Amino acid sequence: MSDIFRIEDETLRIMVPKDLDHHNCITIRETADTIMMQQNIKEILFDFQHTEFMDSSGIGVIVGRYKNMKCLGGTVAAIHVNQRIRKIFLLSGLSKMIMIYEQEA
Amino acid sequence: MRENNMIIEFDSRSENEGFARVAVAAFVTPLNPTLEEIEDVKTAVSEAVTNSVIHGYGERVEKIILKASIKENTVSIEITDFGCGIENIEKAMEPMYTTRPDLERSGMGFAFMEAFMDEIHIESEVNKGTTIYMNKKIMG
Repeated sequence: MSDIFRIEDETLRIMVPKDLDHHNCITIRETADTIMMQQNIKEILFDFQHTEFMDSSGIGVIVGRYKNMKCLGGTVAAIHVNQRIRKIFLLSGLSKMIMIYEQEA
Repeated sequence: MRENNMIIEFDSRSENEGFARVAVAAFVTPLNPTLEEIEDVKTAVSEAVTNSVIHGYGERVEKIILKASIKENTVSIEITDFGCGIENIEKAMEPMYTTRPDLERSGMGFAFMEAFMDEIHIESEVNKGTTIYMNKKIMG
């Protein structure tokens, strides 16, 4: 597994790359779904600490995981969300859909 | 700066989405934009180029033309593809509307372009292609 994906108990932490665009979404989508199917994952946590750019493709990948986790009775959350990413979350309505943690639990 | 122009032609590969937005960001730098203005322009360019890659060409590799110009403190951007075109522009611009839910497209592309730029205008003809015109005044 690459350093993008980390399993912490029942949480799958996705270390979102510097740019979350259409190009980078493809691998994240496929790998996250494979891990979800194989492991007992209750939460997907998108960690934005290294992320500087995100566009609507990023919204798509988060909403997609949200839908899949909902089917499995799990949740999706985000952490280390900077001002720019927060703006994208707000504009897209994503901030109403998923939890945004201010800091590590 | 009074006036400056540039044209780039590149392949409709997804890795060029990043290249296109960074090229425009660098081109706009002489206007001393704020970080937020730069990010706004980058997001809008990324949305338009992604649309050409996914929808215009359906992931076939063809050419995308990116033009940008600066007049006074306004940046104008044109992104053209020669792909399938948009049948119903009004529909395409509706937030959350997408023709590719299979690719998990959020349908927010045009909404973001509208939100982050001052003006956006679309010209499209079915089976001929699409050009997106956008401009934004850089306040700095």
